[in-house]
Amino acid sequence: MTPALSVLEYHLVNYRRTWRSSALSTLVMPLLTLLGFGVGVGAYVRGGVDGVPYIDWIVPGLIASTAMQAAFGEATWPVLSYFEWLKVYFAQAAAPLRVADIVGGHLAFMLFRVLLTAAAFLVVAAAFGTLHSWWAPMTLVVALLVGLASAAPTMAYAASITSDSYLIILMRFAVLPMSLFSGVFFPVESLPLLLRWVAYVFPLWHGVELSRDAMLGLDPGALGLVHVGALLAWCVAGWWLAHARFRRRLVI
Amino acid sequence: MGDSLIHARGLVKRFGDFTAVDGIDVDVRRGEAFGFLGPNGAGKSSTMRMIGCVSPPTGGVLEILGMDPRRDGPKIRGKLGVCPQLDNLDIELTVRENLTTYARFFGIPRKEARRRADELLEFVQLSERADSKVEPLSGGMKRRLTIARAMVNQPEMVLLDEPTTGLDPQARHLVWERLFRLKQQGVTLVLTTHYMDEAEQLCDRLVVMDGGRIVAEGSPRALIEQYSTREVVELRFNTEDQSAYAEKLAGIGERLEVLPDRILLYVADGDDATDEVNRRSLGPASVLVRRSSLEDVFLHLTGRTLVD
Repeated sequence: MTPALSVLEYHLVNYRRTWRSSALSTLVMPLLTLLGFGVGVGAYVRGGVDGVPYIDWIVPGLIASTAMQAAFGEATWPVLSYFEWLKVYFAQAAAPLRVADIVGGHLAFMLFRVLLTAAAFLVVAAAFGTLHSWWAPMTLVVALLVGLASAAPTMAYAASITSDSYLIILMRFAVLPMSLFSGVFFPVESLPLLLRWVAYVFPLWHGVELSRDAMLGLDPGALGLVHVGALLAWCVAGWWLAHARFRRRLVI
Repeated sequence: MGDSLIHARGLVKRFGDFTAVDGIDVDVRRGEAFGFLGPNGAGKSSTMRMIGCVSPPTGGVLEILGMDPRRDGPKIRGKLGVCPQLDNLDIELTVRENLTTYARFFGIPRKEARRRADELLEFVQLSERADSKVEPLSGGMKRRLTIARAMVNQPEMVLLDEPTTGLDPQARHLVWERLFRLKQQGVTLVLTTHYMDEAEQLCDRLVVMDGGRIVAEGSPRALIEQYSTREVVELRFNTEDQSAYAEKLAGIGERLEVLPDRILLYVADGDDATDEVNRRSLGPASVLVRRSSLEDVFLHLTGRTLVD
C-alpha cells in the first residue's frame, strides 16, 4: 500500500464519523437549486438557451459549479484547522510520510467528496428528467477535473494563511465571481468582455462547457482540448503550489 | 561510534538571522534515556525536530539510526516514535482509532494495527476508554494516548518533547512510571524537559543547553558533583537586604549566592556549615540544609534570569 493511500484512509475514517451531517445537505442542495433555478427561473426563459430547455441547459453547469464549491469547502476550513488548530498535518509529518503523501492523500479524499456531491446532483437531476444522453455520466469525470483544479490551488492558499478571515476574502473575490460569471446560469457571451475574462481564466467555465457538452451529447471539438488543457494547467499549478506551501509549513 | 542512535557533530539550525542551535555535539546510545535540559529558547525543541527528521539541519553532521536525515527521512521516521510538546491527537476519532489510523501511516496491516492498539491502550491504562472520543479526555489521558501513539510502530527510539508539561502531579507520576517501564524494556528515550525532577528520575545522561549551545553534559549525579557541592544551606535573615549578611558569611563553603529572600551556601557538609554560622552568632530566622539537586546545577549554568 502506498503511503498516500493510508492518508486517504485516515480521512475516510474521519468522514465515517461525520458523514451523516453532510449527507442531507448533499441531497437537499441540488433539489432546492433545481426547484429554484431550473423550474422557477426556467419558467421565464421560455425559449430555452441554445435550443434546449433552460433546466436542461443549466443542470450540467450546476454540476460543475457544485463540484467547485465542494472542493472549495473541503480545501479551506479543514486544511486551515489541520494546520492551526488540530495539528493533524504535523502528526502526519512525524510519521514516515512525505509531503506529497500528505497533500495527495488529502486531495484524494477531497475528490471523493466532490464525486459524491456531483453524483448526488446527477441523481436528483435525473429525477427531474434532464438526462438525455449516454454521455451524461461523463459530467462526473469533468466534476473530478474541476474539483482537482479548484481544490489544489485552494489548498495552497489555505496553507498560506493563519486566520479564516482570509478564506472569506477568497470566497468573495474568487468563488462568488467564478460562480456567477462562468456560464452556469447564462452564456458568458452575455457578459461584457472584461468579465468574460473571469470565465476564461478561472477553471470553472472550462468545466461548465465540458460538462454541458457531455450532458447534451454534443461534440466539444478542438475547443474541448483547450478546456481540458486549462483545467489540467490549474491542477498541475495547484499541486505544485500546494506541495510548496505544505513543505514550507511542515519541513522547517 | 558503535551503537550510536543519534550522532551529531557541530549541528547547527538557523532561522534567518536567528541561530536556534549553535553547533552541538551529541551521541545517544541504544537503550539509554537521554535528556535535553534548558530554559525556554535554549534550542531543545529545534534539536528534537532535527532528530525527528522534520527539520533539515542548517549545518554540521547528523546521523539518526546510522542514516542521513536529509536523504532517508521517511525511513528513519518509520523507526522513531514522536510525542510532541502539544498533543496533536484527532479529537473527532475514538481513542482506538487514533492508534489504528496512525499505525496505517507506517504500513502496518489493519489487523495488526488493531492488536497493537489494544495492547498499547492496556499499557497506558486507557483500555476502558478505547471507544470513547478523545475530546473529553483529561490532559493526562491525552498525554498517555500520545505516548501510546508514538509506540505504535515499535520504535527503536522515542522522542518526547516536554512529556509532562502541564500535567497535574498524579498524571505526571503515572507518565513517568510508564516511561520508566519503556526504558526497562530497552526502548531508547530522548526527552526535553525543564523539570529537574523529571530529568533526575528518567535520564541516564543529559546535556544542559543554553542559547543554542551545550553548556554541560553528564549523568545527573556527575553534573551535581561537577557543578555544585554535595549540600546546600539555605539561610533566611530578618532583614530587607539579605546581602548585608553575605560578608559575615564569607569563608563558609565553596560558594555563596544572595537571592532577594535568602542566601544559599554551597557546602560539602551542611551541618558543619550550620555550626560555623551559629558560631558567628548571625541569628538567621531559618536554616534549611538539603542535598544539592540538578536544579542548582541548572540555575548555576543558565542563570536565574527569567526567560519567557
